[in-house]
Amino acid sequence: MTVLSLEHVTYSYPGAAAPALEDVSVEIGPGELVVLAGASGSGKSTLLRVANGLVPHFHGGEFAGRAIVAGMDTREHGPGDLAGAVGTLFQDPETQVVMGTVRAELALPLENRSEPGPAVARGVEEVALALGIGHLLERLTSELSGGELQRVALGAALVGQPRLIVLDEPTSQLDPVAGDELITLLRRLGEDFDTAIVLAEHRLERCLPFADRAIGMRGGRVACDGTPGEFLDWASVAAPELATPGAHLLSGLGLAPVAGVKAGRSALRAAGLLPDRAVSRSDTGAPETRGPGRRRRADDSALELDRVWYEVDRGPTILRSVSVSVRAGERVALMGRNGAGKSTLLRHAAGLMRPTRGKVRSTGRVALLLQNPTDYLIHDRVELEASPAALATVGLGDAAYARRHPRDLSGGEKQRLALAIVLDGVGGDLNQKAAVVCLDEPTRGMDRRRKDELAALLCELDAAVLVATHDPEFVAAFAQRVILLADGAPIADGLPSEVLAGGTYFATETARILGGAGGVLRPQDGVALVSGSLVSGSEVGA
Amino acid sequence: MIYRRRASPMHAARAGATCAYCAGLAIAALVLSAPLALAAVALALVGAAVGAGVWPQIRRAALFALPLGLLVMVVNAIVVRDGLTVIARLGNWPVFGQVDVTLEATVAGAVLGLRAVELILCGALYTAAVDPDEVLRLFRRFSFHSALTATLATRMVPVLARDARRLADAQRCRPGRPPSRAALMRAATSGVLDRALDVAAALEVRGYAAAQRPRRGWERQRPYSRHDLAFAAAGVGIPVLAIGGRLVGWARFSSDPALHAPVGVGGALLAAALLACALLPFADRKGIE
Repeated sequence: MTVLSLEHVTYSYPGAAAPALEDVSVEIGPGELVVLAGASGSGKSTLLRVANGLVPHFHGGEFAGRAIVAGMDTREHGPGDLAGAVGTLFQDPETQVVMGTVRAELALPLENRSEPGPAVARGVEEVALALGIGHLLERLTSELSGGELQRVALGAALVGQPRLIVLDEPTSQLDPVAGDELITLLRRLGEDFDTAIVLAEHRLERCLPFADRAIGMRGGRVACDGTPGEFLDWASVAAPELATPGAHLLSGLGLAPVAGVKAGRSALRAAGLLPDRAVSRSDTGAPETRGPGRRRRADDSALELDRVWYEVDRGPTILRSVSVSVRAGERVALMGRNGAGKSTLLRHAAGLMRPTRGKVRSTGRVALLLQNPTDYLIHDRVELEASPAALATVGLGDAAYARRHPRDLSGGEKQRLALAIVLDGVGGDLNQKAAVVCLDEPTRGMDRRRKDELAALLCELDAAVLVATHDPEFVAAFAQRVILLADGAPIADGLPSEVLAGGTYFATETARILGGAGGVLRPQDGVALVSGSLVSGSEVGA
Repeated sequence: MIYRRRASPMHAARAGATCAYCAGLAIAALVLSAPLALAAVALALVGAAVGAGVWPQIRRAALFALPLGLLVMVVNAIVVRDGLTVIARLGNWPVFGQVDVTLEATVAGAVLGLRAVELILCGALYTAAVDPDEVLRLFRRFSFHSALTATLATRMVPVLARDARRLADAQRCRPGRPPSRAALMRAATSGVLDRALDVAAALEVRGYAAAQRPRRGWERQRPYSRHDLAFAAAGVGIPVLAIGGRLVGWARFSSDPALHAPVGVGGALLAAALLACALLPFADRKGIE
């Protein structure tokens, strides 16, 4: 018996030139954890909105085919009817949480169904226990962190014990630890309650190991539907941007791709290709790590923070004597869990905040791109937002973009437009361009191709670049140096190969599969390392 | 200003009782006009704010309300021609003509201003000390959708304030001349509409459209605590005292043609009774966590 059945579903948003979904047929059974993969605009979110009835009841548009959710045809039953059978979690937890306290938020879906008081109270307690949020029940929702809010929103989606849960990039606003916890939790819920879970995600390396199935979407169509292994087989050939780094590593070594670090390591071990963890850094030519907080010479630095403290009036200390300097042309990644002080540090660099102690110096203008690019967009046409030179720098110089409304652009395009705005020289004069470019979580909700494009763009800039991010794969693609922050102070400062290779959460999938050997972070470096050790091994053997 | 659960008798009482308490104080402020009685209501409000542990929030509201009260007093003194005791001759003003400020009009304006301040403080006390989610539960029996919309509006205030701060920060990051106010307003409006759409979608998938009037006895029965009873009693007692005091003439006040505000035993008793009725519920501090 299926929980979700789509039969030849074709759907177009109102006024859209092309359908968002085209002839999609999918069946999902109870307890299945299905990952939806695809580039931005491939139809993942639309498919989820078909499942919860928002398409077509909320969005309008043209709908053809049939969608049956828990026995209800979505042409006859709207989101209100489906709410008892489908729980939904969107990307931004801020707009999903509507009540004042966590307890009231969890109770709302049950109260909407006129459940009796004891059933509401029991449901709230049970879901709070299941998600480990019992201690939050009396807290105000307006005072929760992003990770806590996302858990509460998940609790509200689960409290009615739905047969299907659909999640649209639920980990995009979470740090790696919170993201992994959420995925593990979903797996457990599927197993314990036989709840079917459909998860749209870009960070496939995090969720594919837990999935029963993966569906690859392309241009609104289902391009692949199979086990994670079959999906990676398909992606390695047909859609490399959807293959995980681990899959690229294995494919590069001539092995069949598998999902997950453990399976990847097992595949390498079975083939006798797992390198010795103790391959020294000197073998790879990587220099040694600098100690945390070590200061460079100030005379060549484009940005220097000198023993910067930020203490909130009657509140916590956010930055503790941070000393960081970044040279012109240097690309630095700022990593650390949520609340470590990354965004605050960037705001100090750009002059949006003043330190309570210490000094911030820069050799010129500091451009800062904050987390939400839409906040920068205020005009009616793209061409009015930034100079032609700046638009061309970020790849939006094409005449097709010029007259479009900025809010109609895709997420990745908005990000690039906002980057063009902050990179633009004063009065459109690129000679007065920024000396330092700071970006706060620029890859949230971006697919891998967009991330690669952004990394390439950052590598072309002459300015000092400082990027706060949770994404180790993105760091491996652009950064020359990584600063790891914890509790407002740098705890590590060095080359990416030094800081990221040996860790678990702040490490790339390639580094985790290879156990940190050689300090390699990217699949191509991993292939070179393994091939190199094979060659030297055979030479020794000969 | 937002509601935050605190260890106070008022926070420990159910929303129905504390709503009645705030409404009682507001009714007293509206019904009474004798300065002594209004002063008692003002003192009661300050005492309630201190007792509920929300004095900092109420003080902020008072700082906003006091200039408004003063404005009411000044406008009344200039516009109203009642009263015999002229305290200032301001000459001939355009539109107004000869402006003579009388003591009676000034005092009447002060009474009006004090009343306005007290009404604002009643609202502030309600916002800071009455759980909006519980109010939603209370009113959902009558009009669920309206109650939820009101709750949502309260919840959205800090969210929109954060959005506004984010937008302002982003604009500070734009190089060159700052954008025009019209462009900013347009961007802010678009942002708010986007936010509204997202919230509407979230409500839809939570079953808002299919929400039904709750069945009788749907809510878990909660026994009435001492605090529930005390605040409910005060919520009834305060307006009864105010209306009764006015009917028996203990709160008489007139400002035309001359000031007449006798402070007799009755007036003093009424003020004392109002204060006692409003503050006694705070005396019992057992079981307030």
